[in-house]
Amino acid sequence: MFLEMIQTLPQVLIDGLTLGAVYAVVALGYTMVYGILQLINFAHGEIFMTGAFIGTALFIFLMGMSWITAIPQILVLIVVLVVTASLTGLMGMGIERVAYRPLRKAPRLIPLITAIGISFILQDVVRFIAELSSGNYIVTGPSLFTEQITLKLSSVSSNFNDASFKSSFIIVLVIAIILMVSLDYFINKTKYGIAMRAVALDRDTASLMSINVNKMISLTFFIGSALGGATGVLFAVQYGTIDPFIGFILGMKAFIAAVLGGIGNIRGAMFGGILLGVLEMFAAANLSLITAGILGAEYKDVFAFAILILVLIFKPEGLLGRPVAEKV
Amino acid sequence: MVMKEKWSLFSQNKWAQVLLFTLFVFVTSAALYFSQKSVIAFLLLLSSLLILHYLKLKKITKWVVAAGLLFILIPFASSGGPAFQSYMDVATMVGIYVSMALGLNIVVGMAGLLDLGFVAFFAVGAYSYSIFATPQASNFMPFGTFPLGGESFWMFLIIGGFVAAIAGVLIGIPVLRVKGDYLAIVTLGFGEIIRILFNNADRPVNITGGAMGIASVTPPKIFGMELIFPNQFYFVTLVILLFTLFAVIRLEQSKLGRSWKAVRENEIAAQAMGIPIVKTKLMAFALGASFSGMMGVVFAAKQAFIDPTSFTLMESFTILVMVVLGGMGSVPGVILGAAVVTILNLQVLTELTNWINQLNFNGVISIPEALSPAKMQKFIFGAILVSFALYRPKGLIPAKNKVFDEKKLKDAIKKKSQISTD
Repeated sequence: MFLEMIQTLPQVLIDGLTLGAVYAVVALGYTMVYGILQLINFAHGEIFMTGAFIGTALFIFLMGMSWITAIPQILVLIVVLVVTASLTGLMGMGIERVAYRPLRKAPRLIPLITAIGISFILQDVVRFIAELSSGNYIVTGPSLFTEQITLKLSSVSSNFNDASFKSSFIIVLVIAIILMVSLDYFINKTKYGIAMRAVALDRDTASLMSINVNKMISLTFFIGSALGGATGVLFAVQYGTIDPFIGFILGMKAFIAAVLGGIGNIRGAMFGGILLGVLEMFAAANLSLITAGILGAEYKDVFAFAILILVLIFKPEGLLGRPVAEKV
Repeated sequence: MVMKEKWSLFSQNKWAQVLLFTLFVFVTSAALYFSQKSVIAFLLLLSSLLILHYLKLKKITKWVVAAGLLFILIPFASSGGPAFQSYMDVATMVGIYVSMALGLNIVVGMAGLLDLGFVAFFAVGAYSYSIFATPQASNFMPFGTFPLGGESFWMFLIIGGFVAAIAGVLIGIPVLRVKGDYLAIVTLGFGEIIRILFNNADRPVNITGGAMGIASVTPPKIFGMELIFPNQFYFVTLVILLFTLFAVIRLEQSKLGRSWKAVRENEIAAQAMGIPIVKTKLMAFALGASFSGMMGVVFAAKQAFIDPTSFTLMESFTILVMVVLGGMGSVPGVILGAAVVTILNLQVLTELTNWINQLNFNGVISIPEALSPAKMQKFIFGAILVSFALYRPKGLIPAKNKVFDEKKLKDAIKKKSQISTD
């Protein structure tokens, strides 16, 4: 049993890293908003989904032109990423302005409810537009970066099976890492990043230090949503088929990743995302093996939620977070 | 101006109100009785209950009139046309959802805990009856003969509620120790876990029938009569609903109900006043769940077939929309919210879709398939949630706290102490 697990390990790691990179970047959006407003932005998963749709629509539009074949695919991808990220970023700012800002002083239950409402509205509007323009809300984008690469690991050691992946795997991973590293730099080194952290730490004192709090919160939403939208494009490139309901459960898992890493902690979210992706793929591949066929791969969602509950009970501050005492 | 004053004087008069109300009920029920199929008359007749709520009458009179309307007039008036069973089916579903929304109202409205997996308890109740009322149970039970007879339904009402309450406590124990915000995600996760569990529990031992669901659940029996038709279930639901209503109203005024509200307003202050937080929250979870579980049993018996698709996340959100729409913490509000949302779902949207399809078919207008109202459910729910949270966070009928007469209370205490000193 153990040997079999080792044999599939390279493939599990590759799939897990892809999924984990997606979780990690989406988790950043959750953790940034939670850090600054103490609000679970349920609509973030939907922003991710909208990004996937905008990206796919742009790809289909661009691929329809004849001159596009002269340009390398990677350049097209970067253009699509930038356009999608700015659109979803503006959308995130708009959502904050309309649905969360008026409720900043309300009881904490109320903004959670608007967040759920916004997420429903986004799902249905995207479904409507997709269904209207293509007749079906399940959309398949043009296939890009489909070159199959095989790692001949079995020649290195007989313990491993060969692993194979599409070339999009490398692109997704590299872009996700670039996004994370630049965000980390932005938060830790730039003036705006410092201001943002100050607002997250203490909103009132930050405003006394002549930081425009509303502007910083808007900026947080812009960056978080832009990252979410860009990840949506990467997701569409990697997995091909998208529908308006991919955002909700993926968003939940990204939130779990954020909690796993320590909510409000940027590096924690990245770490938690990758860890959750790998763990989930591992569970999907090996759960039935470990439990002798009693639990199948369908239980991988259960697995993710079980991790959340365990973390909340035993280490509520997350793996990389610091415990906070509740203020009265 | 004079007319307006006269009108206001007239409309404030108790007897004038009663007269107008009786006229309204009479006209709508006659319209319902004599028409072949009139959804509008049916809805107007139901809305008479709402009008009754606002009349200036004594509480006890209102209850008696409401019971009369629900038990006698509504079933009788709708029995006139061929659509009788479909009316009764809608009314039964309204009853089931009202009861569930009242349960969720305890958790969200009174105790202030956002539960996004509430349908899990409904599922637990439904499965607990349908497993034992079909041959399904003989797959894993070493003793006993299954299916159990229809008489066991009445016992399972209690068992279903009890099992759901235990599920509520089991979910609550790990969750309630963590901070409130996470609760939403964890309960959502539990809702999904329970659905996935029911969906996959056909291997290695076939307990729930997996994705195929459980078919031909034994209908309940009372005094040797089998209950199969919606009009029979209507009365069953109504009796349970009245029980739920009685329990919820009593609970709200009790010590427990007041502690829920205290915990909702300020957890730390409540703890400082000596309220055991975890126990109070667990009671909210367990009691809310038990009402839902009871109605799950009724649902399983009424549908005679259940599968995991009836218990999706969307159902949990539907119940949440009912509570938010009606007014969190307000019992009459939640009843109204549940009725409005259920009727919107089952009658208004489908009727509108049929109507639009017909217009499309006749070539009067052309509305794309994607915009058909039956598919717009999510958009409507989202819009309700956002607009109510922003502009009317207290809902359609805001919650009211019971007002006590200070002097009366003091007199009562004085009298008591006098008696004890005598």
